[in-house]
Amino acid sequence: MNNMARNGTVSRRFRRSEKVDGFDFSPAVESEEVHVLAVDDSLVDRKVIERLLRISSCKVTAVDSGIRALQFLGLDEEKSSSVGFDGLKVDLIITDYCMPGMTGYELLKKIKESSAFRQIPVVIMSSENVLTRIDRCLEEGAEDFIVKPVKLSDVKRLRDYMNKEVKMGNEESGINKRKLRESFDLSSSPPSVSSSPSSLSSPSSPSPSRSPLSSSLSAPSSPTSLDSPIRRLKMTNTDY
Amino acid sequence: MLGLGADRLRADMSRLLALLFHQGVLDEQFLQLQQLQDESSPNFVSEVVNIYFHESEKLLRNLRGLLMDRELSDYKKMGIHLNQFMGSSSSIGAKRVRNICVAFRAASEQNNRAGCLRALELLEHEYCYLKNKLHELFQLEQQRAMAAGVRYPMQN
Repeated sequence: MNNMARNGTVSRRFRRSEKVDGFDFSPAVESEEVHVLAVDDSLVDRKVIERLLRISSCKVTAVDSGIRALQFLGLDEEKSSSVGFDGLKVDLIITDYCMPGMTGYELLKKIKESSAFRQIPVVIMSSENVLTRIDRCLEEGAEDFIVKPVKLSDVKRLRDYMNKEVKMGNEESGINKRKLRESFDLSSSPPSVSSSPSSLSSPSSPSPSRSPLSSSLSAPSSPTSLDSPIRRLKMTNTDY
Repeated sequence: MLGLGADRLRADMSRLLALLFHQGVLDEQFLQLQQLQDESSPNFVSEVVNIYFHESEKLLRNLRGLLMDRELSDYKKMGIHLNQFMGSSSSIGAKRVRNICVAFRAASEQNNRAGCLRALELLEHEYCYLKNKLHELFQLEQQRAMAAGVRYPMQN
């Protein structure tokens, strides 16, 4: 960031969209920020999860039911899902399990059944620590399972994970993004980023449960993620 | 002298919080909420807690209404309300309230009306205590903010 100021380049975000234009990326999307769709029927929980996500630099859309979540995504059965969502790309869905009407599990199934949205990682939250419930969700393709109350450490862990998942398609990932940008500042020519994500994904992230960086956006349920929620349950009080 | 006022109020707040933790009224989730409060969201805790109060009072009314109906105590509906109450209580760190909800729910699952009545009374009592103490806490915080503000008057 200091390099940028010295070189007289404009703010990070503006620069980002310049570079992004060169790669045919929709300028309407703020690729910098991750957009999370949060689903919970409890207003208290919505406020808390919203704040947790915002403080972790995520854009948040919070809805109070599975139906509304599907409507937001455009998967509502009543409307035809013809109109796309430019600029409203959802990078992660985090949903409560126990909700009246459509449960989080049913929402998860509907998302994974949709060709347009099945690649979006879905995280389930639940106040009940029931192993059969967790297994069922993971089998259906949930990325992770968080036991409520949700803490900052939970969101931070998801954030690290999302960074890598989202940026894979954008030829950058998490920690290395910063290093790439610094090296761009020093060169005068526009950056030419290689399109192989594997060379950029780094296991240097501190979150121990997120080693399977080989999981691409198209894989809805990576078996390796089976480890993390179980670990999360055992390490409920550990901050990492 | 005004500076001492702010410091003393802060000490009072710490003491009150320590007491509530010691009594098991609050748990570390409340601290988590405090960590989410900053300049960009300076009233976050009181905002969430006020939503919690509003919702809780509705739930308590509903629970009482369901139990007072001697002919058909809808235990299933009670369970739903209790799940909601448990969830929100846990989200703000209201440990004792949450624990009573657990016991209440167990009684409702056994269709144990007497047990439910007892649990409801306990719940109302515990909720009352929590609400009073949190109001006290927020009042102290307001006073402290004012005292600190007077200590550093605005220039220009």
